[in-house]
Amino acid sequence: MVGVTVTTEQAYDTVDMMLNMGPQHPATHGVFRMVLTVDGERVVDVTPHIGYLHRGSEKLAENESYGQVVTLFDRLDYVSNLNNELIFCRAAERLMGIEPPERGQYIRVILAELNRLASHLLFIGTYAIDLGAMTPIMYGFRERERIQNMFESVTGARMMHNFIRIGGVKEDVPPDFVPRVRALLDDVERGVQECDRLLTFNEVFLARTRGVGVIDLPTALSCGLTGPSLRASGLAYDVRKDYPYEVYPYLSYRVPVGENGDCWDRYYMRVLECYESLSMIRQCLDQMEEGPVMAQMRRIARPPKGEVYVHGENPRGDIGVFLVSDGTDKPYRVKVRPPSFCNLVSLRPMMRDAYIADAVAILGSLDIVLGEVDR
Amino acid sequence: MRSKPVQLAIAVVLLVGVGVLVAVFTLALALLGEPDDNVTALTVGKIVIALFALLTLITTLGISLVWLERKQLGRMQGRVGPTRVGPFGLLQVVADGIKLLMKEDVSPGSSSKAIFYVAPLLVFVPSFVVWLTIPLSEDLVVRSLDLGVFFFIAVSVLSIVGLILAGWSSNSKYAILGGFRSAAQLVSYEIPLILGVLSVVMVADSMRFTDIVDAQATVPYIALLPLAFAVFFISGLAEVGRTPFDIYFAESEVVGGPFVEYSGAHWAIFFLAEYVNTFVVAALGALLFLGGWVWPFGEVDQVPAVAVFLGKTYFLAVVIFWVRATLPRLRIDQLMNVGWRLLIPLGFASVILIAVQRFYGWPTWTLTVMSLAALAVAAWVQLRLQRRDAVATAERYAQRAVAVQPSRRRPAPESQQA
Repeated sequence: MVGVTVTTEQAYDTVDMMLNMGPQHPATHGVFRMVLTVDGERVVDVTPHIGYLHRGSEKLAENESYGQVVTLFDRLDYVSNLNNELIFCRAAERLMGIEPPERGQYIRVILAELNRLASHLLFIGTYAIDLGAMTPIMYGFRERERIQNMFESVTGARMMHNFIRIGGVKEDVPPDFVPRVRALLDDVERGVQECDRLLTFNEVFLARTRGVGVIDLPTALSCGLTGPSLRASGLAYDVRKDYPYEVYPYLSYRVPVGENGDCWDRYYMRVLECYESLSMIRQCLDQMEEGPVMAQMRRIARPPKGEVYVHGENPRGDIGVFLVSDGTDKPYRVKVRPPSFCNLVSLRPMMRDAYIADAVAILGSLDIVLGEVDR
Repeated sequence: MRSKPVQLAIAVVLLVGVGVLVAVFTLALALLGEPDDNVTALTVGKIVIALFALLTLITTLGISLVWLERKQLGRMQGRVGPTRVGPFGLLQVVADGIKLLMKEDVSPGSSSKAIFYVAPLLVFVPSFVVWLTIPLSEDLVVRSLDLGVFFFIAVSVLSIVGLILAGWSSNSKYAILGGFRSAAQLVSYEIPLILGVLSVVMVADSMRFTDIVDAQATVPYIALLPLAFAVFFISGLAEVGRTPFDIYFAESEVVGGPFVEYSGAHWAIFFLAEYVNTFVVAALGALLFLGGWVWPFGEVDQVPAVAVFLGKTYFLAVVIFWVRATLPRLRIDQLMNVGWRLLIPLGFASVILIAVQRFYGWPTWTLTVMSLAALAVAAWVQLRLQRRDAVATAERYAQRAVAVQPSRRRPAPESQQA
């Protein structure tokens, strides 16, 4: 990290101050803790500390049957539960060599994209509040609430759904699903536009985020940054585009790419992705047909011996699952590559020459979820 | 942990102590300008009664702003705000106050106790003492000082000391950072605030508030001096730490700044002082720029002067809360840039324009024209650049996005094939 050499006023013995931020701090999004070494208002060094929310999910998964592991994945990234369920189910299905019926895949993608919207809306709100703007979080939560009500009517739960199952989805969507989602999308689109107009090109917001926490593409890649945060640095890497899965190949969409890799770009990528998700869900609703939602398979999933690595695009980045089966009904090993955790690696390069206020803006722009970082 | 009655007793003693301190301090100041032979028991008695009446009134007005802000923010954010306690949640503030007074008063073990407990009073007392000279109407004023404006500025600056001491004595890192920030912010924004006020004083030819209001009988100074009003209002926001200048107690950065270690009644005093300060800035804006208790369309006897004045004050308060609902927070260096590079030059420009107008004896409307022109140029350049940048950026990003076409085309539904 950047060292500070005091060249002037050598007569004064200045020492850097250690400032502990978290695990109980309003801006650390849960129980993240970072120890900042500050020289006045400048951040000299940052040391992240994690593990306050460690629940041993990966180890627990070894003692659960495949179907039950899905519930553990709900609790990893607890603001995009359905995306997590999807990634584990895809891994198990790949091992077992089954493919869910098309309607099931459409339902999965619709739910996953709705969850991405909910997650990004939460990000916009919390990021605004990190920077001191009070209103967008209310708008964001209002729209997220609508999405969660929709989830409740489909899956029966607001957050821990356990709806996406190995081989498809638990059951078909309610009969009035399509018109209701269309109405929901119109509402949510207005809500996203509201946040967008209020915040995106606000002069103060621009001053706080442009040129702050810049990370160039080579550094970003070497840190393992993925998702909107990587795309903000200028690379159009999106698992949905580069390694298509489910029904994503049937959809047309755009992958937003940033210019500078600063906090504003990382924020704006997510705003633009909200609009893309809206359009993707609309296409899915147009294309979806009647049919079964669950593949024909044994009631108890018992994949053959083997191992598989499957990855997909979560709201926070590239989530990967490495799954080893020993032929029993419980996985031998489940390893998750959580995007939030991997994105945290780039925290230190981003903090170069930052102010204390920037440290908050930078951490917020990475949009970490501690459930996923600590697992 | 002390028992509840003891807690309450401590809180009451504290509040009474504050009252006495305010009273003694203001009394001394009030009598300062009096010729010696005029100081009679009657004068002192009248002033004491007036002071206690004022203390009650200002406290009520201050906490009414808490309710107004919560309600207004709620409405602006798609919520309803407090509704449960009392009609329209009016008693919510009272309930919160009682809760705070009943709470245990915790202080950090390593704090400097004496300074720690004095600091809230140092913040609180000046915000009340300034009301000594702020008139609510032509006659409703404790002391109509010749140097009223000067007195106001001199006293209101004192609260900075309390903030720094609070931050320093807490012996907490967030508190000391907040203390540094408040020192930097309040000292640098005092200058543009004074320049804005000075513009009014130059035009009105007086530092007495009642004279300044009388001078606005025909045209309020906001029409005459829009530039000075802009400078005054923005630096006023910074002086009381309202968004976008709330950096010294920024919740998401320094977690309450100088107040982070305070609890119970002491925290309540900081909180009250903050809202009274907001009220002071709004009232000052109403007096200096909106014509105080002067009704804009000539004499209307039905409307009491105090109501007009309070109406204008609450209007400015609503604008302050509106700004809070809209803007994020600036960073400390950007705050300094706005203050020293934008507001201070604009403030001096305003003063110089007025000086030129007064020197050559130009008609007063030239002031409006010059002032508006300066303001318009500044605003136009800023907004124009910002708008152009926003449109261009949005277009550029839309073009940069990588379009993905469907790589597999789904077979058309059977119903459409037939």
